[in-house]
Amino acid sequence: MRRFSWFNATSLTVGFAFLYLPMLILIIYSFNESRLVTVWAGFSTQWYGSLLQNQSFLDAAWVTIQVAIASSTIATVLGTMAAYVLVRGGRFMGRTVFSGMVYAPLVMPEVITGLSLLLLFIGIGLDRGIFTVVLAHTTFSMCFVSVVVSSRLVSFDKSLEEAALDLGCSPFDAFRLVTLPIIAPAVISGWLLAFTLSLDDLVIASFTAGPSATTLPIRIFSAVRMGVSPEINALSTIMIAIVTVGVVTASIVSKRSSLAQQRDEQAAARAT
Amino acid sequence: MAQTVFAPWDDPQAKPLIQFKNVTKRFGDFTAIENLTQDIYEREFFSLLGPSGCGKTTLMRMLAGFENVTEGQILIAGQDMAHVPPNKRAVNMMFQSYALFPHLSVWENIAFGLKREGKPKDEIAARVEEMLRLTRLVKFAKRKPHQISGGQRQRVALARSLAKAPKLLLLDEPLGALDKKLRQDTQFELMDIQEKTGTTFVIVTHDQEEAMTVSSRVAVMDEGRIIQVATPAQIYEAPNSVYVADFIGDVNIINGVATKAEDGYLITWAEGQAPFMAKTPNLFADGQTCHLAIRPEKVAISAERPADAVNAVEGQIIDIAYLGNISTYHVKLVNGQMIKAQAANTRRLSRRTFTWEDRVWLSWTDTAAVMLER
Ligand SMILES: Nc1ncnc2c1ncn2[C@@H]1O[C@H](COP(=O)(O)OP(=O)(O)O)[C@@H](O)[C@H]1O
Ligand SMILES: [Mg+2]
Repeated sequence: MRRFSWFNATSLTVGFAFLYLPMLILIIYSFNESRLVTVWAGFSTQWYGSLLQNQSFLDAAWVTIQVAIASSTIATVLGTMAAYVLVRGGRFMGRTVFSGMVYAPLVMPEVITGLSLLLLFIGIGLDRGIFTVVLAHTTFSMCFVSVVVSSRLVSFDKSLEEAALDLGCSPFDAFRLVTLPIIAPAVISGWLLAFTLSLDDLVIASFTAGPSATTLPIRIFSAVRMGVSPEINALSTIMIAIVTVGVVTASIVSKRSSLAQQRDEQAAARAT
Repeated sequence: MAQTVFAPWDDPQAKPLIQFKNVTKRFGDFTAIENLTQDIYEREFFSLLGPSGCGKTTLMRMLAGFENVTEGQILIAGQDMAHVPPNKRAVNMMFQSYALFPHLSVWENIAFGLKREGKPKDEIAARVEEMLRLTRLVKFAKRKPHQISGGQRQRVALARSLAKAPKLLLLDEPLGALDKKLRQDTQFELMDIQEKTGTTFVIVTHDQEEAMTVSSRVAVMDEGRIIQVATPAQIYEAPNSVYVADFIGDVNIINGVATKAEDGYLITWAEGQAPFMAKTPNLFADGQTCHLAIRPEKVAISAERPADAVNAVEGQIIDIAYLGNISTYHVKLVNGQMIKAQAANTRRLSRRTFTWEDRVWLSWTDTAAVMLER
């Protein structure tokens, strides 16, 4: 047992306060009775009710969900494929360059990603709308999926795939019937990660959305410029809840079942 | 053993199932297999034996189609395998690591290959049941691989590779993880399976006893080359080199110089000592250095010089290894050379004839020792 230390307790409290106090205040004020954001006037859930009456917020939420589902699904397919090639492809021309480039969006400033995508879409004459946001979100979330999936693939016993080939599978069948079911937890957590990333992206969406496809973060941001309303607090609280559930689920899914699967696989692979 | 001797390799009419023709395999600039030519016949139980890293697994993986041949050709049933992918070969491999699918049950693991063939459901079920019975796994059909023991997993891997009734089954150290009793049971099971199914087995092992028990022929490998291929008895009784003699079983090696005698050779091995007599079908020049390989069980040990012995030499017992049924005596000759002699323990331990420090005579016949050039 470690002994209680004031230093540790203080730094933990300060650190967490720093991270979560703003959000906590937002959540508390979303239940405020008063229309004035900074004055507490008692508990109420009225703003959640009036949120449901606000058509423009509902529209934006619908767009956001469509974009998040579409982009995270495409990103998962592409990211998994990229991870597979990078881990399994063996040595091929430009492998190092390619693997570096897949991860570049992780460190690229979002403004640059957004701007370059905007230029591309204008350049090829693509009308901005839901479709372009989906493309943009796919681009930047794909590398996150790729990171998650490839870290799982690295520890994947290659002889399982060979065994599948040996038993008459085509390479695609071997992937579909053996590799994919085994790495599924990593793929699912990659999808959830991509989903939440898409859900709360503002910068890239602002560049690529255009007037016809306003996502929730864009809607909130423009509303806030008119002044913060309790409705926004309520909406933000809901988003925090969704993102939290997404992230926590992703990490639980990936941790627990990939650990379990890996253990099974190793137990099965290694003769004891 | 069958009444008619199974030896298709001696029959010039027999068509080999597998032909390695000058096969070379390189990984970068490392040569794993060097210019290897070898035929393997149908219904053989062909063992690959050799130290770790000598290329056994590589050879298997080339047969299964996981590695390309750098130079040369591999033919299976007369067909060049160069461009045939693993899934198109009538070859199944049992992996050293078993490689069972962790997300599938024992039943589904065994059925996996059959389903790929698109067989009707009831036919698959019947075949899987048969395999489960054969490998005594019926009770475990519904379990996942991590819910069964190591020995059972090994059986699943075996059943899975057997299910498709392949022409050729490759087993990469299949029994390495099992304890001795289970290993022996499984060896006999394998031989039984082969009797029943007529499958050709190529098996990698580093357990020479295993190789001796199950094989029709044994190939002893070293550094990507096959040093000798022969039946277990031939390998044991007539090794072609010190390397093979030393690799299979226990052996005494005495270095000397050969001189032709009337119906054999005299081998001068130490100054002032009578030369040893040995017979060999091979030719040695006078003065050629040679190595005498003598198995410990062919060396007799006695207190007095046996009157009629062709080869007899005196020495002192340095060590005795008691192995229950037999004892191995380590005897030092005058020139310092150590010779191992084995004797059956027909008497109780307390009444043993020889003990440490005793001076004894070792003797063997002129056909007991094998004369080797290298
Ligand atoms: N994919 C590979 N790349 C490079 N070297 C390899 C590869 N596979 C095997 N080797 C080398 O080839 C040699 C033979 O290996 P292997 O066939 O596995 O030996 P073993 O007889 O122990 O099964 C070893 O020295 C090994 O390091
Ligand atoms: Mg090996």
